[in-house]
Amino acid sequence: MTVETIGLHDNNQDKTRLIEKLLNNFQHDLPLSATPYADMAERLGIEEQQLLDLLSELKEQGIISRVGAVFRPNRIGVSTLAAMAVPEHRLDEVADLISSYSAVNHNYEREHHFNLWFVVTAENQQQLDETLADMEHKSEIRILSLPMEQDYHIDLGFPLQLIEGGHHA
Amino acid sequence: MLDERKLIAALQHGLPLVSHPYAAIAEQIGSSETEVIEYIQAMKDRGDIKRLGVVVRHRKLGYTANAMVVWDIPDERVDEMGHCFGRFDFVTLSYRRPRHLPDWPYNLFCMIHGRDRDDVMKNLQLMIANCCEADIKYSVLFSNRCFKQRGAIYIHSEKTEAVRA
Repeated sequence: MTVETIGLHDNNQDKTRLIEKLLNNFQHDLPLSATPYADMAERLGIEEQQLLDLLSELKEQGIISRVGAVFRPNRIGVSTLAAMAVPEHRLDEVADLISSYSAVNHNYEREHHFNLWFVVTAENQQQLDETLADMEHKSEIRILSLPMEQDYHIDLGFPLQLIEGGHHA
Repeated sequence: MLDERKLIAALQHGLPLVSHPYAAIAEQIGSSETEVIEYIQAMKDRGDIKRLGVVVRHRKLGYTANAMVVWDIPDERVDEMGHCFGRFDFVTLSYRRPRHLPDWPYNLFCMIHGRDRDDVMKNLQLMIANCCEADIKYSVLFSNRCFKQRGAIYIHSEKTEAVRA
């Protein structure tokens, strides 16, 4: 992969290596100290301000969504994976409708009869049911609701390889 | 006293990019820096926080192929398979979900990431070779367009925002 594909304008391999190191070392081990960015910067061999600038840049470019916590599903609130079989000519319209709910975080088109897949979250089951009912009412399309029953494995951040020629695990 | 709801509401949007982010959050929710750090540590220890760190958007990094592979596994074997699939690096989620017969016969869901579709299909073959019989029933749902992707927001600051259309 080249620097260009990750959206950085300056064609600088050192910077790509730095980003690779940043992303591979800190997807799940952000220091829980008063000054986490200073600690991260020290481990990366750069200044704290450089790291803060880099993180802002990556966020602006959409390469990272945030520096923060991933909560255990259903600990904090409730959620479900929802699917809809949307007629092709209505896909854009229905996808926009679904995305407009603040309760929706992921919303993808997938290659299947059920072609729109999204995650709906709420504080409690009643609120979740109301949101799903509202979506069905507005779209006039039935929702298949598939809440998680058992979690065998959840994303712990996986190894990334940004420089061409290496191997990825 | 630290208000857990307020802390989660502040955390779900990400840590502020400032020198003392936990102090900034503490100020926002009327707590202290030490209290916030200790509470986050406790949530990590309990497993309520799965991870704390940089949250990456894989597509932007060239991991453009992502498939949801759904499996129809006999109920008595689903736990074993779910764990087996979850051990692969490229599998980011492995969940059991309900079947909805007759429309939806699948009860195990895995997310597989790769640089391209071939990469994803090779990874899938590796999972089958290691975990189950070759004649297992499954379906591969590649993603096309991503309409929306962000962290889950469970707590909304305004009641009116919760159901907005």
